[in-house]
Amino acid sequence: MLIQRLIRIFIAIMLLAGVNGVSAAEPIKIGTFLTVTGPAAFLGDPELKTLQMVIEDLNAKGGLNGRKIELVHYDTGGNAREALNFVKRLIQKDQVDLIVGGTTSGDSLAVIPEVEKARIPLISLAGAVEIIEPVRKWVFKVAHTDRMAAAKIFEDLRKRGLNKVALITGDGGFDKSGREQVLKLAPEYGMTLVADESYGNKDTDMTTQLTKIRATDAQAIINFGFGQAPAIVTKNIKQLGINLPVYQSHGVASKTFIDLAGEAAEGVRLPAAALVVAEQLPDTDPQKPVLLAYKKEYEAKHGPVSTFGGHAYDGIMIAAEAIKRAGGTDKAKMRDEIEKTSGFIGTAGVFNMTQKDHMGLNLYAFKMVEIRDGAWKIVE
Amino acid sequence: MLEQIFQFLVAGITVGSIYALVGLGFALIYNASDVVNFAQGEFVMLGAMTAIALLGAGLPLALAAIAATLLTALTGLLLERCAIEPAHGASVVTTIIITIGAAIFLRGVASLLWGKNSLPLPAFSGNEPINLGGATLLPQSLWVLGGTVLLVGLTRAFLNRTLLGKALLACSFNPAAAQLVGINVKVMLRLAYGLSAGLGAIAGILAAPITFSSYEAGIMLGLKGFSAAIVGGIGNPMGAVAGGLLLGILEALGAGLISSGYKDAIAFVFVLMVLFFEPTGLFGHKVAERV
Amino acid sequence: MRLAGFFVFAVAVILLPILFPDDYFVTVVGIAAGLHVILAVGLNLLMGYAGQISLGHAAFFGMGGYASAILTTRFDWPGWLALLAGLLVAGTIAWLLARPILRLRGHYLAMATLGFGIIIHVVMVQATEWTGGPDGLGGIPPLNLLGWTVDSDQQWYWVIAAAMLLIIWLSLNIVDSRIGRALRAVRGSELAAQMIGIDTARTKTQVFVVSALFAAFAGSLFAHQQAFVSPDSFSLMISVELVTMVVLGGMASTFGAACGAIALTLLHEGLVVFEDYEMIIHGGLLMAVMIFLPQGLFVGLTQGVQRLWMLISSRRNAKACQAEVNTHAL
Repeated sequence: MLIQRLIRIFIAIMLLAGVNGVSAAEPIKIGTFLTVTGPAAFLGDPELKTLQMVIEDLNAKGGLNGRKIELVHYDTGGNAREALNFVKRLIQKDQVDLIVGGTTSGDSLAVIPEVEKARIPLISLAGAVEIIEPVRKWVFKVAHTDRMAAAKIFEDLRKRGLNKVALITGDGGFDKSGREQVLKLAPEYGMTLVADESYGNKDTDMTTQLTKIRATDAQAIINFGFGQAPAIVTKNIKQLGINLPVYQSHGVASKTFIDLAGEAAEGVRLPAAALVVAEQLPDTDPQKPVLLAYKKEYEAKHGPVSTFGGHAYDGIMIAAEAIKRAGGTDKAKMRDEIEKTSGFIGTAGVFNMTQKDHMGLNLYAFKMVEIRDGAWKIVE
Repeated sequence: MLEQIFQFLVAGITVGSIYALVGLGFALIYNASDVVNFAQGEFVMLGAMTAIALLGAGLPLALAAIAATLLTALTGLLLERCAIEPAHGASVVTTIIITIGAAIFLRGVASLLWGKNSLPLPAFSGNEPINLGGATLLPQSLWVLGGTVLLVGLTRAFLNRTLLGKALLACSFNPAAAQLVGINVKVMLRLAYGLSAGLGAIAGILAAPITFSSYEAGIMLGLKGFSAAIVGGIGNPMGAVAGGLLLGILEALGAGLISSGYKDAIAFVFVLMVLFFEPTGLFGHKVAERV
Repeated sequence: MRLAGFFVFAVAVILLPILFPDDYFVTVVGIAAGLHVILAVGLNLLMGYAGQISLGHAAFFGMGGYASAILTTRFDWPGWLALLAGLLVAGTIAWLLARPILRLRGHYLAMATLGFGIIIHVVMVQATEWTGGPDGLGGIPPLNLLGWTVDSDQQWYWVIAAAMLLIIWLSLNIVDSRIGRALRAVRGSELAAQMIGIDTARTKTQVFVVSALFAAFAGSLFAHQQAFVSPDSFSLMISVELVTMVVLGGMASTFGAACGAIALTLLHEGLVVFEDYEMIIHGGLLMAVMIFLPQGLFVGLTQGVQRLWMLISSRRNAKACQAEVNTHAL
């Protein structure tokens, strides 16, 4: 008897709470799953800080459509299985309206089936071209693809009249998928690969692989990777006295790389988003004010920017614009509006998404930069 | 070709001596307590990270290195006192899990203190490569090699020549008997942890200009050090050193001559082969089971 | 009576989703926990009962996973056939490896199994044409069981729950069989076991193969459930985690291993909210449990409860006696 009464009271309370919840403006819930620990931590860390910073700003300005934004975050540690479970948690338990995230390609690729099944928009921050190719209805991405990086490097090599390249990559997802794109694009640009070496991302010495490269007739070395390994490769190249142009990928476009590699980094070229060279852009460049504003705010709080934090900025801003245009958080409407993103000026470039292109960036957004005197210089 | 192989060997020996130093730390603790300390790699990381932090705080390099070594040794001592000693008498697997827990804990502390980026330590004497019969190596590699030789020599002398060292060895052979002849086993255990933590810290500091360091750096170094200690025959400090060098050279030769992608697999296939033919490592003691 | 614990557990597993339908912690976390239970129970046969450590168990888990992933996506095999193939591969490799590897003892065995795990992991990462490399293989079709397609999380809960109960039941029976008794003898002293006529090498091989089969079985289910496999699901860290589950729960107890698997899965899920402090808490808890309950959560706690019960009942008896004495005195 008592139990029945208790249950009735409980139900009544629950109903009241429910009614109250609906009458007040519910916050917009944006979910994210990033690699804040693990080998790719230095990618996910600025991404999370950026998301928190941008959302704080938006809320200070009154939120979106009069509703506050709430960020729900889980750290995947770079493990694709964790990523999938956390995305399920975001969708089922936290019931988020939209997801921005997936620091690494592996994490992003792992969650795509679940996102498609749940019909919720996902804006990935990772690089692999497979995320948006083939086009999936609910999946978008804002980071430059590894294919664009490879193309940019080959363009630069062609300009310098070099066509024999040695490739050295790590054993991570970013490295391997970069390697694949280099192998695929090389014939298109008339490049011959004279070496294709690999190392472990936690290795501490790559002189062995580089010694093999030294014995070939390579005219340039391309290294695809991120974290400390590319810095070690760069130092080892110097140590072995190999005097060839060295190309790194956009994976090392952060101050950390220059700090780690030290003087050995001098002369290294890499394709990077304009963010790292914002000050050097001509004043006519439409991106310049956006870049400088983000850079100023981020550096005031957290220290040097990296292009990865920039991707998070692009992702959350594209989402915010789309939510504004959709006038609410209806998932299908948000998705349609994200797809209609055009002329959005982000840190990675100007986004023009279409039904066939769920990224909407072109090669223009990528700058070839060279490291000179410990700083980035545009070389175009 | 010969010149190439020489360069591979130089690379292998440099990396191998880092493994050797880490392996030596494993052997020391195992010698005193029959415990394999899976937090050994974290000591290496702690030494390097503390030195980098102290250097950043304005201390001169030498002082930062000494302070970092002492601080890490203290951490080792604390670990023994707070986590290993209370679990006295627990099974081997239980102590392994405790040390794994300690490793995760230390990693967590490091990530909070110093963030998640890799950090560099400046080379002790410049970055100008030295040419050695066609192979080039960094001055820092010489520091690593010299440090290894010196530390291995000191450890050996300590264990074989000093009373304290002999007492330490006695604890592993038979703790009860050691206690009976008046050795304070508890103090010996703390000493062993402190020593091997300090040893790990020095290894980390010597290697950091080449390898950099981050809160996660201990995982890989711990793994390789453990392999070195096992291949050499665990409990034999000189075996651990030989094992480390062997492993480093194998990796370099595997990467250079066979396949750089599969080099870790090649090294471990070799380790398995060694164990299949020498079940107690290359220089391990053969122990008969008592019923 | 022998299986009383099993039935209690089974009822709890069946009631959970009925009491909490559509709850994330039951379906999604429950599935993860269920897979971990299968792995831990299998590993416990080897570690807890035979006393042989394995730091490479994730390799067998991965063989099952990749066999299912590769065969169903590239060769369009039906799921059940791919699962059998995975079992065959893992079983054969375990059988070939068992004799040389189980000759080793203690830390040498730990090293050898660890090395084996790393070799398999390197292959998963490097053999890109087959395994998809570090980014893994996606698009694994849902499992089809006799015309029933397992797709939603709820359906998966039932499949994994059934699989888990089957494995626990098998394990309990193995432990109680002749092999189980032989195993315990091997654990006590191998030499002594040989003296009383137990073919220790054969016994150890059998249990190694069985526990590899359990792991591969879990791997196949895992591949279909996630629709995706990648090498980091089968890394050294996972092997270490599995060992931790077995030890944390309590070795040489099937329910202990299951308990450890569930506890560690929940712990991980619960600690996420601590973000940067997660590692410190995780490591600290691990140390604390092992220091204060060296025999593991399940064994330690059940013993604690038993002791408490004895204490209470002995007090009660003492009081009753006292009362009797008092009345008599009066």
